[in-house]
Amino acid sequence: MSELLTTNSNTTSSPGLQVETFYYDNKSVKWFAYASLFWGVIGMLAGLWIAIALAWPDMNLGLKATTFGRMRPVHTNAVIFAFVGNVIYCGVYYSLQRLCKARMWSDTLSKIHFWGWQLIILAGALSLWMGYTQGKEYAELEWPLDIAITLIWVVFGANMLGTILRRREAHLYVAIWFYIGTWVAVAMLHIVNSFAIPTSIMHSYSWYAGVQDALVQWWYGHNAVAFFLTTPFLGLMYYFVPKAANRPIYSYRWSIIHFWALIFIYIWAGPHHLLYTALPGWAQSLGTVFSIMLIAPSWGGMLNGLLTLRGAWDKVREEPILKFFVVALTAYGMATFEGPMLSIKAVNAISHYTDWTIAHVHVGALGWNGFLAFGIMYWLIPRLFNTELYSKKLANRHFWLGTIGILFYVIPLYTAALVQSSMWKTFTEEGNLKYQFMESVTTIVPMYALRAVGGALYIISMLMMIYNLYKTVKKGHFTASEKAEAAPLPKILPVVGKKHWHNWVERRPVQMVILSLIAVAIGGIIEMIPTFLVKSNIPTIASVKPYTALELHGRNIYIREGCYTCHSQMVRPFRDEVKRYGDYSKAGEFIYDHPFQWGSKRTGPDLARLAEKYPDSWHYNHMLDPESTSPGSIMPSYPWLFTDRIDKTKTYEMIKAMKRLGVPYEEGYENTANKDLELQANEIRDNLAASNIDVEAHDEIVALIAYLQRLGKDVKNAENLPIQ
Amino acid sequence: MLLLLGASLVVGLLFLIAFIWSVRSGQMDDTYSPAHKILFDNFKLPAPAAGKEGKTTPPSKESNL
Repeated sequence: MSELLTTNSNTTSSPGLQVETFYYDNKSVKWFAYASLFWGVIGMLAGLWIAIALAWPDMNLGLKATTFGRMRPVHTNAVIFAFVGNVIYCGVYYSLQRLCKARMWSDTLSKIHFWGWQLIILAGALSLWMGYTQGKEYAELEWPLDIAITLIWVVFGANMLGTILRRREAHLYVAIWFYIGTWVAVAMLHIVNSFAIPTSIMHSYSWYAGVQDALVQWWYGHNAVAFFLTTPFLGLMYYFVPKAANRPIYSYRWSIIHFWALIFIYIWAGPHHLLYTALPGWAQSLGTVFSIMLIAPSWGGMLNGLLTLRGAWDKVREEPILKFFVVALTAYGMATFEGPMLSIKAVNAISHYTDWTIAHVHVGALGWNGFLAFGIMYWLIPRLFNTELYSKKLANRHFWLGTIGILFYVIPLYTAALVQSSMWKTFTEEGNLKYQFMESVTTIVPMYALRAVGGALYIISMLMMIYNLYKTVKKGHFTASEKAEAAPLPKILPVVGKKHWHNWVERRPVQMVILSLIAVAIGGIIEMIPTFLVKSNIPTIASVKPYTALELHGRNIYIREGCYTCHSQMVRPFRDEVKRYGDYSKAGEFIYDHPFQWGSKRTGPDLARLAEKYPDSWHYNHMLDPESTSPGSIMPSYPWLFTDRIDKTKTYEMIKAMKRLGVPYEEGYENTANKDLELQANEIRDNLAASNIDVEAHDEIVALIAYLQRLGKDVKNAENLPIQ
Repeated sequence: MLLLLGASLVVGLLFLIAFIWSVRSGQMDDTYSPAHKILFDNFKLPAPAAGKEGKTTPPSKESNL
C-alpha cells in the first residue's frame, strides 16, 4: 500500500523513499464549518421572513430594516456568500490539503481569510439593513466592502496556490481544477461588476448605465451562479461523494472533459437574464445558444456523480449522507436542464418576471447547494472529532423533512408563475386585458403562503442537523492538526515554466499576496481604460434628458429601499405588455441610469411608464399605506419617508459623480442644483397641498414622487422616436 | 459590451493556457488511478502509543461513512 502513497513510480530515486511527516490544518476547516451553519440559519431565516411577508404584509413591521426591499438582499447575500461561501472554504480547506498531501500554505493567511470573510459578512448584513446598497442583485454591498472582498479573495487564492505549489502529489485531482477555475472567474467577475464612482464612504453610482449596466450585471450575476454556486460545489462533489461512497468517480476522464467544457461555456450564458429586453438581439441570442450548450457539461457532472454510486445503491438506502448527495446531484441535473429551457426565448417570454425564476433558483439552492453541504457536514464533522455521527436516524429525518420542504417550496411557485403569467397575457374578446395586475397578485398569495411553509420545513430540518452535529461534537475529541505522511515530489519531475519565481514565491506568503493583487489590479485597469475611451454605441434618444437633482435623490431612495426587488422597469415588446404599460422600452431611455433598475421580478407592476399615470397625491397615499389605494396589495408601507428628510448637502457630490460618469449636466450644475431642487420640491408640495396633504418640501416622499413621475416621461412626450 | 467580450476572452485565454500546461506537464497521462488514489489517504499509519493529539483520523478504515 505504501507504493500507492508515492507519487511517481518512474522515479529513479532509491526504493527506500523518504517520507515526510506533516500535519493537516483541521482548525480552519472546523471554523469554516461552524460559520457556514451559523450564517446558514440566519440567511434562511431572512428568507423565511420575506416569504411570510409576501403572504402577510404586516410582517414588514413598518420598520426600515425588516421591510422586504432591504431584507431580500440580506437573505441573498447571506445564503450565497455567508452560507455557501463558508461551506466552500470548509470543503476546499479540507480536501485541498489531502489532495495535495500538504498543509495549507500559510496559517496566517488562513486566519486572515476566515476572520476577514466573517467580518465582511457582518458588515455586509448590517449595511444592507441600514439601506446602503448599490442596487444590483448579489452585488449590493457598497464599495468599501467590495474592496474588502477583493482583498480576502486574493488571500484565499494565494493560500490555495501556495498549497498547490507545495504539494506532494503531482497530479492535480479534478476537484482542484474546479477550485482554481472558481478563483480566477470570481475574481474577474467581482472586479468588473463592482466598478463604481463613490459619492461618499458608503454610497456610489455604478460605472455603467442602462443597457451596459444590465449586461455587466447579468454577466456577473449568472457567472456568480456558475463560479460560486456550481464549480466549487462540483469540485467538492468530486471529492466528498467518492469518499463517502468509498468508490472512485465513475469516469475520471469524463470529469476532466466536462470541467473544461463547463468553464468555457458558462461565461457566455449571462444574457439569458435579459431576453426580450432592450439588450441588443445578438447578445440575447449568444446567451441562449450558450445556455443550451451548457446542458451537456452540466449533466456530465450530474451523471458522473450519480453513476459513481453504481453498485452502492444498497448503501444509499441506509446512509443519509448518500441520500443527500443523490438528491443534490439530481437537483443539480434538474436545475441545469430547467435553466437552459428558461433561456429559450419562447419559454422566457412566459417565465421572466414570474416566480418560475425563484422556483428555479431554489431547486438549485436548496437541492444542490443545501443538500450537498449537509451531506458534507455529516461526513466531515464526525471525522474531525474522531467519532461517529450522534444519530443516523435524526439525519434520515432531516433528509426527508428537507426534501418535503423543497417540494412545498417549488411546486406552489411553479403554479403561481404559470397562473400569474397567463393572467397577465389574457385578453377579452374585445381585445382588452382581462385581468388587473392586482388580481394576479391576490390569486397567487395562497401559493406564497405554501412556499413559506416549505421554507420553514427546510429550516427546521436544518436545525435538526445542527443539533445532531452538536451532540456529535460533544462526544468526540478534535484533532486540530492531523498527522500525515507522504513522500515529497521527486526532483526529476519536469517543472514547466520559470523555476525561479516559483521557488522564491513559495516561501513568501506576503509577497505572494502583493504580487497577486498587482496582477489583479493590472487586469482591472486594462479593462477600465477601454471603457473610458470607447464611446457608447447605444443609440440616443433626443428627448431623453438627465435626471434633475431632486429626481436623483428620489432615485437614491428607490434604490435604497430595494424597490427593484418587486418592480421591473422594462416593458417587453409583447402585445399584452404594451397594452398594460405603454410603449415597449428602448435602450436609449436608460443611458443615464447609474445603476440600471430593470428589475428581475414583477411582484408588483412594471414602472417604466409610470410618469403622470397617477397624481402626486395617489403616490403619497400609496407609499404611506398601499392598501388604501390598492386593496389586496402586499406591498409594504414606508412611513419613514414622511418623517425623514433628504440631505441636500449630498447633491453636490451626486451631480459631480454623475458628470464624471458622462451624464451631460450643464457646466456648473453641481453648484446650482439645489436651487433647482427647491423649485421642483415646492411644486410637488403645493400640488399635494391642493389635495389637502401637508408635507415639507424636503421630505423624502417628495423626492421619491419626483422620481416616480419622471419614469418614462421623456419618451411619452417625444414626437419622433428612432425605430429600433 | 466590448469590455465583457474582452474580459470573457481573457478568462477563456487563461483557462486555455492552463489546459495546455496541464496536458504538457503530464497531468492527463494517467486518467485512471487518480480517482482511486483519493480513497487511500486514510490509512492508519504505524503510530506510537502517543496521546490523542496528532492521531490520524477515522475510527475505522473499512467504512468511510
